[in-house]
Amino acid sequence: MAEAQLKDDQAPRKLAYVNAITEGIAEVMREQEQAFLAGEDVAGAGSVFGYTGGLLAEFGADRVIDTPISEKGIMGLGVGAAATGCRPIIDLMFMDFLGECMDEVANQMAKMRYMFGGHARLPVTVLTMSGAGISLAAQHSQSLEVWLTHLPGLKVVTPATPYDAKGLIISACRDDNPVFVVLNKLSLALQGEVPEGAYEVPIGKANIMREGKNLTIIAYSRMVHEAMQAADQLKEFGIDAEVIDLRSLSPLDTDTIVASVKKTHRAVIVHEAVRFSGFGGELAAQIQELAFDYLDAPIGRVGAPFSPVPYSPSLEQSYMPNAKRIVAETRRLLGI
Amino acid sequence: MTIQATDAVLLDIHESMVRIRIFEEEAGKLMENGKVPGALHLYVGQEAVAAGVMAHLEDTDHITSTHRGHGHVIAKGGEFNEMYAELFGKATGYCKGRGGSMHICNMEIGMLGSNGIVGGGIPIAMGAAFSKKFRKTKEVAASFFGDGASNEGSFHEAANMAALYKLPLILVCENNGFGEYTSQSNHQAVVDVADRAAGYGMPGVVVDGMDAIAVYEAAGEAVARARNGEGPTLLECKTYRFYDHVGVRGMGLSYRTDEEVENWKQRDPIKLIEEKLIEQGISTKRKLNAVHKRVREEAMAGIKFAEDSPLPDPDGLLEDVYYVQA
Repeated sequence: MAEAQLKDDQAPRKLAYVNAITEGIAEVMREQEQAFLAGEDVAGAGSVFGYTGGLLAEFGADRVIDTPISEKGIMGLGVGAAATGCRPIIDLMFMDFLGECMDEVANQMAKMRYMFGGHARLPVTVLTMSGAGISLAAQHSQSLEVWLTHLPGLKVVTPATPYDAKGLIISACRDDNPVFVVLNKLSLALQGEVPEGAYEVPIGKANIMREGKNLTIIAYSRMVHEAMQAADQLKEFGIDAEVIDLRSLSPLDTDTIVASVKKTHRAVIVHEAVRFSGFGGELAAQIQELAFDYLDAPIGRVGAPFSPVPYSPSLEQSYMPNAKRIVAETRRLLGI
Repeated sequence: MTIQATDAVLLDIHESMVRIRIFEEEAGKLMENGKVPGALHLYVGQEAVAAGVMAHLEDTDHITSTHRGHGHVIAKGGEFNEMYAELFGKATGYCKGRGGSMHICNMEIGMLGSNGIVGGGIPIAMGAAFSKKFRKTKEVAASFFGDGASNEGSFHEAANMAALYKLPLILVCENNGFGEYTSQSNHQAVVDVADRAAGYGMPGVVVDGMDAIAVYEAAGEAVARARNGEGPTLLECKTYRFYDHVGVRGMGLSYRTDEEVENWKQRDPIKLIEEKLIEQGISTKRKLNAVHKRVREEAMAGIKFAEDSPLPDPDGLLEDVYYVQA
């Protein structure tokens, strides 16, 4: 599943998720002279998360731009520039700020191509940060990817690993459609193999992280790692779980999901987003539609409770889905 | 540094205004007679603004517009056939029947679309202006919007960023005295939207929007500033729409008096420019009437083209949601 070529004599290089993001952006900016990066604090400060460090020095102030705190303006900048010859990379600091610019995303970016009969092409990429876990509380910790997947015209990818973060950013920026790359805060320090140079991770293709026999766990973003831990813990109960990292929510790799469920006959979905009305509902509906006769158990969904993200660490910890909850839900579902 | 309109330019502006007026009158009839689906927002009365500004723009200069966008598309070079076809929802329309009146676009003539969201086009035009500066061109972008839109957050954010980055953007506020059915005095505390320009760090100019020549001259300065890298201008054109917010008679709400409408009609922008053209010996009543006649024939032909065109094939419904790379 590694699409990039490693030099034969080179041990795989490890990089943190945060730095993989930087490399992805840098590769794109080097190969696309029409690309620029714009957002709040991305130039001088290197992003509040540290993932644009060094870009201002390499590419200059004309191409790495600090914007005012004006999400509508920033997103509209991306739309207008993309429609007229540029390849903007727009940074939306926190996904929670989508509310500030939802018109530009939903009514302009997602729809211009279609409404204009195919005459507009918007090669714009939006990087945005999701996720809880560092007590930033309700307005800075959300996972709102379903707001985006619900919009025909957008593509939505959710890298879980440093390798995928770099590869998906490069793929997103080479794609001539609007693509949202939804990053995760708690994943920033995560280490993983990341080849040098530019490579793509295909949009619309899931990744089987662990092959298994009698349960499929479908996850994306940071929950992939919780799912892997859960798979380990479930061995004790006779469960050999197959873990799928979706990587791409829209377009969705339905084939991989269905093939897996047809093999294992059981499915549990996990996402960090609120369970009610979360992306898991779409997945569960599609699975039962396409693999009904293969299911030996109801499809489980593990997600956050139906509340805003609480502040106090004790509350936040019990709010966030984790391996333990995946195991508990699986056991409850399968009666083991 | 006023740019004077030459005779040729004045005649072009006149023709542009007549094209808009007649297109809209016929479109209004189509809507009132139930011949086209949906809602049309007609530009009758505001022609001088579109024509006066667009006289300075090339195909490579981009504009965004509003729900009341036919006038801008026509002044930018939109053809009657493809425009009427789009209103009828036909496959031969500019947007293949996908967009309709509020989303008419033609990228070839630098038209980034009318917009059904009030203020929706302003940040997009700002982005287009950014692109022109980024790619080191002498091109400019213009955003047309109303007094109503000047209260939207999108206006403020785009104006601030345009001034901050010294973008080649002309913000054309068509103040027709109403945000939908609410009069200006009931929706903003200022009388001159141009007063807001200073708050963003750009010049604000008030122009008589019924006087196409005044619009042309003021727009000329703003476009020249932009092409010279001097940044954006807020150009407020005081104008008036003779028809209702939507359609001709609209929803029949009584939010303005017939007397007010009649007063503004005394300053019909086409009447004003024709008087000027005749007075200055640039044209004659006969020649000007001939323009009206020719354009009306073109409009009828365009409507026939639209009526004769096929509807889009439902099998193609999902096309163009995404661009598919080869």
